Amino acid sequence: MASISADNHGLRLVVRYMVLTLVAIIFIFPLVFMVVSSLKPDQQLLADTSSLRAFLPVGDISVDNYYAAFKRAPVGTFVLNSVIITGVTVVLSLFICSMAAFSFVFLKWQGRDLILSIILATLIVPFETIAIPLLLLSSKLPWIGAHGLEWGWLNTYRVQIIPFIADGLTIFLFVQYFKDLPGELIEAARVEGATWPQIYRRIVMPLSGPVLATAAILKFLAMYNQYLWPLMVVQQEEYRPVMVGLQYFFQLNRAWGEIMAYLSLITVPVLAFYLVLQRAFIASIASTGVKG
Amino acid sequence: MATSTKLTRSNSAGWAFALPGFGLMAVFIIIPFFFAIGLSFTNQRLVSPNPTEYTGLANYRQLLGMGVITLDAVKDDAGQIVRDETGAPTFPRVRDYTRNNPDYPQLQGMREWFSWGSDTSRTYVLARDVVFMTALMNTIIFVIVVAPVQGGLALLLALLINQRLRGINVYRAIYFMPVVVSIVVVSLLWRFIYDGNSGLLNNMLGAISFGAIKPVDWLGNPNTALGSIILMSIWQAVGFHMVIWLSGLQTISPTLYEAAAIEGSSKWQTFRYVTWPGLRNTAVLVLIVITMQAFALFAQIDVMTKGGPLDSTQTIVFQAIQRGYGKQDISGGSAISVILFVLVLTISLIQRYFTREKN
Repeated sequence: MASISADNHGLRLVVRYMVLTLVAIIFIFPLVFMVVSSLKPDQQLLADTSSLRAFLPVGDISVDNYYAAFKRAPVGTFVLNSVIITGVTVVLSLFICSMAAFSFVFLKWQGRDLILSIILATLIVPFETIAIPLLLLSSKLPWIGAHGLEWGWLNTYRVQIIPFIADGLTIFLFVQYFKDLPGELIEAARVEGATWPQIYRRIVMPLSGPVLATAAILKFLAMYNQYLWPLMVVQQEEYRPVMVGLQYFFQLNRAWGEIMAYLSLITVPVLAFYLVLQRAFIASIASTGVKG
Repeated sequence: MATSTKLTRSNSAGWAFALPGFGLMAVFIIIPFFFAIGLSFTNQRLVSPNPTEYTGLANYRQLLGMGVITLDAVKDDAGQIVRDETGAPTFPRVRDYTRNNPDYPQLQGMREWFSWGSDTSRTYVLARDVVFMTALMNTIIFVIVVAPVQGGLALLLALLINQRLRGINVYRAIYFMPVVVSIVVVSLLWRFIYDGNSGLLNNMLGAISFGAIKPVDWLGNPNTALGSIILMSIWQAVGFHMVIWLSGLQTISPTLYEAAAIEGSSKWQTFRYVTWPGLRNTAVLVLIVITMQAFALFAQIDVMTKGGPLDSTQTIVFQAIQRGYGKQDISGGSAISVILFVLVLTISLIQRYFTREKN
């Protein structure tokens, strides 16, 4: 009897792993195909699609496609732009949104609840519904630059950064987290005469590691993967981020190997980053689902 | 006295801390939002030599204007229905009614959207902007299919991954992987998968069926294009909602499962009476988030089909961008944006109503 039930158990375990693996293949095959194909010359790439060789780095393998991609488009510029835009936005966003949330949770002031509910109400406004008027607004905004006062933000870094610094979701995440911090700590600091900026910097921020990671990851993903907005506001390649840079690979003679190389180049670092920080990534998505 | 000084002190500090964030949101989210509403009542263009004018509901009338007309089959002098060479009855041309026909001023400028009818009469539904109507319908179909299917599959995945097995974290990491990949990259990859000639999907189907399934140009065929985009969109985003379900599953107390096990309830009963009631709030959130994301469908369309073939993958946002940005028709694009917002709001409220806690 015992051996039968053990066999049964073993069989069920095998079935479970088979189901899990089958589903895993569905989610991973296009990404494997992308990376493998980026190493193959176009002719072999196309020929291989008719067999499982499409997912194996076999045959004429080289990194020639990567060289060709760099030759075809200013890939370095695109990557640098994405790094600048994403990095600056993430840092400023963490700073400014945590400050706002700090004020909403720990300070009492007139109009606080109204302002907070307005901010939370923006969560149901999809960015796509304000993209068009924001485009018009951005084309007319002032800026004080090296040449004095100028008008219009199109074709700049700032138009890709400043509108995305503050958003309802990030502020919401900080508010949720701050609410769970022990209020006595802050009160004690007040009694001892600490100023609000001191409390923010010395007490609240050092305790905020997890929410900073969550907010940073979500902002990073949103910014790095942006497409619609830079497509509309940037026509000059010197300010283009990686996703819009893709267009270079669809002009005239289309080379699939080069496209796969470029896609791998802009995706694999993010995937590696994700795999290293997998727990934090998944926890950050999960925390958006915590009932507010 | 002490409280009032503390309050005033907090007032200035409170504003000082909140203002940078709120100020930015006011300028870049709240003002544009009201701008969209205001602009939709004008004829604003991105660059125009003429001053902007208030035009009332003209943009909305242009977008949403619809009419219905029923026409009788054409008869000859003997009263017999005139038939064409295939034997189908002939009907008067719709455009005789929609172009400069003084008897039908309300139909002026409309085009046929769709029609149905019998041998003797045919009903035509006309729209002032057939492309927008198609986009509206496509988007609604997309939402109606994606919201339950993606939400359901995500729950299945969450249940699958919520087992105590060695290495389960590896599987979870893989299922979630497409979420961190840009939808633009995903769309391009799937263009290759869906390709009509050497596409991976056709080759795989061909191999599995030993050539019985003929290659299909998935994105080039009006019947399969939208479905293909739906499938890919679910593939990309389902991991996101799996994680949200998973965090909901983990809030359910293990003692409830133990109690169910002691009672000897079946797997389905446990799910129905323990798991599902504990997931109510998660369900509302998942549905609303998927709906909002689905309504915003744009990048897939822009990368894969540009709205074609035959407008079969036109969507609301694609139309808004094509007009507001492509044709620099800011007011038309804004009106579409407002319609989109009203739709999102309505559906969120309806979902919230149906999934509310029943007391």
